[in-house]
Amino acid sequence: MINKVINSFDEAVADVFDGAVILIGGFGPANGTPSYLMRALEKQGAKNLTIVCNTPGGGRPAPPKPGAPPPPPMFRKMPKNVDNAGILIQNNQVKKAICSFPGQAMPGTGSALHDRLRAGLLEVEVTGQGTLAERIRAAKAGIPAFYTATGPGTRLEKGKEVREFNGRKYLLEYAIKADFAFVRAYKGDRRGNLIYQGTSRNFNATMAGAAKVTIAEIDELVELGELGPEIIVTPGIYVNRVVPRPKD
Amino acid sequence: MKERLDDQTMALRVAKEFKNGMVVNLGFGIPTLASNYIVEENEIVIQSENGVLGIGRTAVTEEEQDFHLVNASGQFATPLPGMCFFDHAESFTMIRGGHIDLCVLGGLQVSEKGDLANWLIPGREPGSIGGGMDLAFGAARLVIVMTHTTKDNQPKILYKCNYELTAPQVVDLIITDIAVIEVTPDGLVLKETAPGWTPEEIQALTEPKLKISPDLKMMEL
Repeated sequence: MINKVINSFDEAVADVFDGAVILIGGFGPANGTPSYLMRALEKQGAKNLTIVCNTPGGGRPAPPKPGAPPPPPMFRKMPKNVDNAGILIQNNQVKKAICSFPGQAMPGTGSALHDRLRAGLLEVEVTGQGTLAERIRAAKAGIPAFYTATGPGTRLEKGKEVREFNGRKYLLEYAIKADFAFVRAYKGDRRGNLIYQGTSRNFNATMAGAAKVTIAEIDELVELGELGPEIIVTPGIYVNRVVPRPKD
Repeated sequence: MKERLDDQTMALRVAKEFKNGMVVNLGFGIPTLASNYIVEENEIVIQSENGVLGIGRTAVTEEEQDFHLVNASGQFATPLPGMCFFDHAESFTMIRGGHIDLCVLGGLQVSEKGDLANWLIPGREPGSIGGGMDLAFGAARLVIVMTHTTKDNQPKILYKCNYELTAPQVVDLIITDIAVIEVTPDGLVLKETAPGWTPEEIQALTEPKLKISPDLKMMEL
């Protein structure tokens, strides 16, 4: 019998090694973020990681100082029980972040990413969101590199091969080879078949299968056969481990 | 100081660019506001880079807020019949493959040749590209909506952008709080003026020379 279900997040991330490259699903800090997997990795402590995600996020806000005025309300409402990849940066586990939207935080405003970047403790590679998605998809499809029309004539051209096809310029971009993918899904079964909810699919379904080991954090484990063959979004062969979340 | 259009009024003008049947992508800020001004006769399919086609206006009430239905700005959106979801690779296949008819983005600077700069304010490294660069290169038509000048009244429409480029020679139309300007191979053409503004006053706040359209009119709002 095939059974990819693991009932412990700690166990699911136990083999993440120092220097690993990790794809992390989600869009913005809130939607479809594999928070339990990241917290488990924070506890596990692997270092010198390269994280690949759209927006690493600011991590956990600092506790307010005694007597300080209350912090301004959040720009956007957040779901319950969410953490972003910024917690791994705050915990000094990350040497490089590859992302598309790290945000524009000013120094000293509490963004772990920006503060460490300025201190020379972190490398940040900012790429366009479509190029980021395609570099992940290419790895999943066994494509080592590809030409894209996005980027010629901008700073992103620097150091890259430019080639012309039919009178238009293209940049050569390379697939991102990753060791682990952390994804978040709605329902999954023991074979690793997954479905998602609404726009929480985002990078999760792109990343599932794009690393040597894909670990899915799911809201609900269902019996094999319960997810109809017409609706499965991520075929189970892309997923190595399935870990159900506790109920919120 | 003369009165300029506010954000909502600029969004209203942006919505006039939507034609029936178009697939439209709206960027962060004022562009997203334009989704609230689509006229009923027009069936517009709004694409959001985070993996959805066919969303409606932004959510208003608490009950409408759904963490599984957000737009590219992270705001709550509302569903419409025919809506569908997909992952990021599919979303940018649409954007990079030329399947988006019209994209509206905000801008920091636009040049005479239609170069766009909107992802990095000098000194604010590393900057945030998001989906803007793919949209600027990939959309069939690109409209930029922005204030005409910086906070200290300096032009944002320049001979040449001095901020990092998002994409060269991609802008088709610029909608500002005082004018509508078309980018053509012969230079910038002033098409519309905001109520109370003369072409001379608009030129004084614009670095490159504006050609005056023979059909110059006041903005219809």
